Amino acid sequence: MLKILVIGATSAIAHETARLFAADGAELFIVGRNPDKLKIVQDDLKVRGAQRVETYTTDLAALDQHQALIDAALASLGSLDAVLIAHGTLGDQGQAQASVEETLQQLNTNFLSVVSLLTPLANYFEQQKRGCIAVISSVAGDRGRQSNYVYGTAKAGVTTFMQGLRNRLSKVGVTVLTVKPGFVDTPMTADAPKNPLFAKPHQVGKAIYKGMKQGQDVIYVPWFWWPIMKLIIHIPEFIFKKMGL
Amino acid sequence: MNSATITKRYQSWGRYPKPEHRAVEKLYWRGQDFDFGRLDTTILPFGYGRSYGDSCLNNDGVLLDVTELRQLIAFDAEQGILRCEAGLSFAEILDFIVPRGWFLPATPGTKFVSVGGAIANDVHGKGHHIDGTFGCHITQFELLRSSGERLICSPTENVELFRATIGGLGLTGVILWAEFKLKPVLSPLIDQERIKFRNLDEFFEIAADSKTTEYTVGWIDCLSQGDSFGRGIFTRGNHYDPPLGAEPDVEAKPMVSMPIDLPSGLINTFTVKAFNEVYYHAQLPKMVRAVVPFDPFFYPLDVINNWNRGYGKRGFFQYQCVVPYEDSIEPISEIIRRIGASGQGSPLVVIKTFGDRPSPGMLSFPRPGVTLALDFANRGQITLDLFEELDAVVRANGGAIYPAKDARMSFETFEASFPQWREFEPFIDPKFSSSFWRRIMDKC
Ligand SMILES: Cc1cc2nc3c(=O)[nH]c(=O)nc-3n(C[C@H](O)[C@H](O)[C@H](O)COP(=O)(O)OP(=O)(O)OC[C@H]3O[C@@H](n4cnc5c(N)ncnc54)[C@H](O)[C@@H]3O)c2cc1C
Ligand SMILES: NC(=O)c1ccc[n+]([C@@H]2O[C@H](COP(=O)([O-])OP(=O)(O)OC[C@H]3O[C@@H](n4cnc5c(N)ncnc54)[C@H](OP(=O)(O)O)[C@@H]3O)[C@@H](O)[C@H]2O)c1
Repeated sequence: MLKILVIGATSAIAHETARLFAADGAELFIVGRNPDKLKIVQDDLKVRGAQRVETYTTDLAALDQHQALIDAALASLGSLDAVLIAHGTLGDQGQAQASVEETLQQLNTNFLSVVSLLTPLANYFEQQKRGCIAVISSVAGDRGRQSNYVYGTAKAGVTTFMQGLRNRLSKVGVTVLTVKPGFVDTPMTADAPKNPLFAKPHQVGKAIYKGMKQGQDVIYVPWFWWPIMKLIIHIPEFIFKKMGL
Repeated sequence: MNSATITKRYQSWGRYPKPEHRAVEKLYWRGQDFDFGRLDTTILPFGYGRSYGDSCLNNDGVLLDVTELRQLIAFDAEQGILRCEAGLSFAEILDFIVPRGWFLPATPGTKFVSVGGAIANDVHGKGHHIDGTFGCHITQFELLRSSGERLICSPTENVELFRATIGGLGLTGVILWAEFKLKPVLSPLIDQERIKFRNLDEFFEIAADSKTTEYTVGWIDCLSQGDSFGRGIFTRGNHYDPPLGAEPDVEAKPMVSMPIDLPSGLINTFTVKAFNEVYYHAQLPKMVRAVVPFDPFFYPLDVINNWNRGYGKRGFFQYQCVVPYEDSIEPISEIIRRIGASGQGSPLVVIKTFGDRPSPGMLSFPRPGVTLALDFANRGQITLDLFEELDAVVRANGGAIYPAKDARMSFETFEASFPQWREFEPFIDPKFSSSFWRRIMDKC
């Protein structure tokens, strides 16, 4: 059965993906910072059929703890077939503009931590010559906008890093999946006014599950974000800069 | 959440009355510390809004959306005991339990209800005459009170709060998770029979003959008068027990075209014609037997998303009453006759006999007798007047009106239906209230 490491497993989206792997009988190693929530996710995944679910608590912003977490996952599962990285914070753009510390912290959680995790993990999968690396990036990384460009920058970094990784690892048969959700109705967007473009976490979770199983490269979820982002990317800068996005 | 989202998303199924909620809060996980203290108004849990009237609304107050609480907690595959969070829908539960050989112990006519909502209204289904209400199968649940207390309630622990919360209309606190006993089934199919009856006497005869059939329900054509008064179709079924080695031939025995099963006044003239032509007169012999999937058998209306919008902006009512049945069918005939004569209401009335299995719920609606349910477009005062007339018959015969379907009953009718409400009242959480409760009690 598949052995999967889920980092940021208490994320509403990641949990939905993990549920589908659990129903297949997977063995899961789930990582988060809140032990109570992790326990809830663990119970749910077990009931849904996971052969085994181990939890690991760590603050993912602490980069120096990452190697320990990867070692623990490998020691526990023996090997890895896939990793899904899902943690993230939306951050407050206003606060970031007012404070360098805040900006750096957002970049740390949403970008550097992913790089820090993927560097050893990529080497592991490269050596193993098979497996799947999936990371939740965002459509927000496709173009910088005044309303959330710090978050967007981090996600753009993730997307670019993943592109490079895919280019490198495709040679040895490791698949690298970049997930770009649009708006999703999760705790992260609890305070945002909802509009019809909002997707449900289970839709996104399912798309990720399929993308991982089928070895896809990049997915926009729901799919309509692909044309929307294509359009947005192609608006000339001299017009775009005048828009209030 | 902005107010446009709130108005659109947080309505009741009948879309009447139209509430204005100050805010909608969400519970994201069952361990969450929710600060009730900061609210300067009352709060009410909200599931999937499948209640028709105002019992799931809290006008000018706050709603607490609990539908993110959707985790499974434990499943005992030997005993068939499931523990899960209260926002999980019956649809999601069926997806999980049916392939494992289990079924819900009681289910309403839609599977888009939450476990919490099913407890708060102590819902019943086609199996009530044998299995009782959903509340009869609850082994325990956890209740979050506005004081921050978390209480395990069961038939042996916090017993009074357990009884108050089952059928407690969401007023006693938030149910975070519940544990209940499932029913073992041998297949996801139903061995179904449809039988024509010519009048109410025949309905009662068939119902009496069907006491050991797991599920029973009838449709009555309330527009036929004279000789054909009280005629209808009786549907009954058991979980199909597949003969060893044989695959059931479901396709070969299709049921009578399913979309016509619509009991509500979706399109009134359409349904009545369909009933007359397809069900009653034409093809259908006295009895038709078929093996059918459980979905169309239990949830015929769920195939049409948001069918409630068919009634337009003014919304609609469902009228559901129960009348004790002691070998007199007079009150039931009377109600059906009055509805037929009024020219209002959907032409098809759902009719079902309730059994005598007692529920632990203090304010539980089902009681031994006969229940009738049907939809009415909202035509304003004339509709409300008709309901008052019907209520009088219900009251005079010791019956009750179902709060889950109600948007208008008077205090007098509520008191006649639920004299035990005074015993219930002390268990209401001081921070909790609903449009329904205030409407009734303001006239007290
Ligand atoms: C097509 C259709 C058919 C139906 N058929 C039947 C039927 O056959 N039998 C029957 O009994 N009913 C039937 N109903 C009614 C329905 O089963 C009930 O109204 C049910 O309670 C709706 O569940 P919900 O999750 O949508 O709850 P809501 O309607 O959102 O809320 C119902 C009540 O539950 C409370 N509540 C919700 N969650 C919680 C919680 N976690 N903790 C505490 N309180 C909570 C609310 O405050 C409210 O008082 C039907 C409804 C429809 C639309
Ligand atoms: N929701 C959207 O609209 C949307 C759109 C595009 C992309 N995304 C991306 O999707 C991913 C999942 O988010 P979601 O929508 O599922 O929201 P979510 O449910 O709020 O999940 C975010 C998760 O990240 C965890 N996390 C944040 N910082 C952490 C840290 N320092 N250490 C450990 N865990 C940390 C959170 O843990 P706690 O639960 O303990 O706080 C939470 O479980 C994120 O990468 C997000 O950027 C979301």
